[in-house]
Amino acid sequence: MTEKKNVSMIQRRLIPTYIFLVIVSIISVFPLYWMISAATNTSTDVSRGKIVPGGYFMQNFKNLVSQQPLWKAMGNSFFYAILTTVVCLLVCSIAGYGFEIYHDKWKDKLFSTLLLAMMVPQVATMIPLFQMVSKAKLLNTSVGFILPMVSTPFMIMMFRQNARAFPIDIIEAARIDGLNEVQIFFQMFFPTMRSTYAAAAVITFMNAWNAYLWPKVIMTDNKSLTMPMLIANLITGYVTDYGMLMCGVLFCSIPTMVVFFVLQKQFAEGITGAVK
Amino acid sequence: MNTKKKGMTLIEKQRMSGWFFLAPASIMIAVMSFYPMIRAFILSLQTGTGVNMKFTGFSNYQRILADKVFIQSIGNTFFYLIIQVPIMLVLAILLAQLLNNQHLRFKGLFRTCVFLPCATSLVSYAIIFRSLFAQDGLVNSVLVNLHILPQAYNFLGNALSARIVIIIALIWRWTGYNMVFYLSGLQNIEYSVYEAAKIDGANGWKTFWGITVPLLRPTIIMTFIMSINGTLQLFDESVNLTKGGPANASITMSHYIYNTCFVNVPNFGYASAMSFIVFIMVAILAFINLKVGDTRD
Repeated sequence: MTEKKNVSMIQRRLIPTYIFLVIVSIISVFPLYWMISAATNTSTDVSRGKIVPGGYFMQNFKNLVSQQPLWKAMGNSFFYAILTTVVCLLVCSIAGYGFEIYHDKWKDKLFSTLLLAMMVPQVATMIPLFQMVSKAKLLNTSVGFILPMVSTPFMIMMFRQNARAFPIDIIEAARIDGLNEVQIFFQMFFPTMRSTYAAAAVITFMNAWNAYLWPKVIMTDNKSLTMPMLIANLITGYVTDYGMLMCGVLFCSIPTMVVFFVLQKQFAEGITGAVK
Repeated sequence: MNTKKKGMTLIEKQRMSGWFFLAPASIMIAVMSFYPMIRAFILSLQTGTGVNMKFTGFSNYQRILADKVFIQSIGNTFFYLIIQVPIMLVLAILLAQLLNNQHLRFKGLFRTCVFLPCATSLVSYAIIFRSLFAQDGLVNSVLVNLHILPQAYNFLGNALSARIVIIIALIWRWTGYNMVFYLSGLQNIEYSVYEAAKIDGANGWKTFWGITVPLLRPTIIMTFIMSINGTLQLFDESVNLTKGGPANASITMSHYIYNTCFVNVPNFGYASAMSFIVFIMVAILAFINLKVGDTRD
């Protein structure tokens, strides 16, 4: 009896908290809800302030496909993002493993030096990188896209932190069993670190999918454009077709939203991964 | 056996193989970050186009001092920084604190909602906010229908309101992101610490300042550095939300540097000089932050 009373009292005291959280949640979700509902309405309805979903989605979609290379951009974005993720995970995980398992004075010094790269702004390296990539004839290519993205201090740090929990005994035992160092990595470390890889994959995929400045610099050809570039192209005119625009924004957001809802835990882990 | 022939012990051999593991990533960072940074500095001392670049000393840096648009872009960036970062971080800590309450129900749902904006790409949310605040956008039609405004207000056509829309958008997009850091930090604090504080008679406000903030300090400093770093490099929002307008009133440094390279007559030397200034700002602010974090220990 008293316990029940206690619970209801605690809940009653939490009412302001609930109200606040509900308001914040609505504000957080509303713009995305509006995007979806606008994608299903005509542009005039959208500007009139209609916020309930309509039945105009197919028409918006047809308009979009007829004006913009939607499938091409979706395909490009998927290809670039997946390629970035695979290469980045490989390069950064072996580095994180190497820095932690074989660490000595010099490797630690190198690691601190690499961390300085976190402070290098993208806009500062953009011009020399553009010159390098164009000299190497890699403009409009996936290789050009992934080059600056596959090795990041953040990812190396994340794998290093997580490698710390990897028991050194396993490595010793594997060495006695006659496995070489590369085999130990792929047969022992790789399978046990699945959750770290999942978190790293989610965050890298999202970053690569969302990348805008770098692709805008090197993708000069309409055939190589990415989804963020495509939807940015939709607002260049004076008159905006909101229905079609939001339809494009929806397509650009679907993959990251799906990843978010399916792998939210890994996403949160990936964001905070390097700072445990 | 083999090792003795090479004159190496087993440990030395293992240490050597370690270098092969970290070589690809290290070389990539050197080539893709450090080398371009040096190149940017060299470029910043040159003027000309294409292959006809000539060294002209610090003339590009002198030009910056007289460039009203770049100075405007610095001002805008710091305007965003000073207003947005504190509001966002305080809101994020507050939300994390509220969501960390043991007795709260629907925790997962609230957390997902607050975190959801992180799932949208930067360009997407910039365009969504551009559309919401357009003259024929939803915000205007609601305000006019409620008779708060007599007629639609051109939010993006007015210098101050355009900047404020960018700040609102930034807060919307990044609060949940920072909250995740605080939540994971709070989960490391034993709940018994709070129970003890309650028994000692500390109220919510006191526990917040006496326990939460001090224990989260490393996380707060880190999110602060990240937010400053991110804000100094703002690009997508300026390009897609306000297009830098009206008349460069909301343009960011990165956006202006991009324009100098790829939109206006290309001037790589001058753009590099400006980008080097951005680099110095990021470095100085991060350094100050780390120092402040250290001395309070």
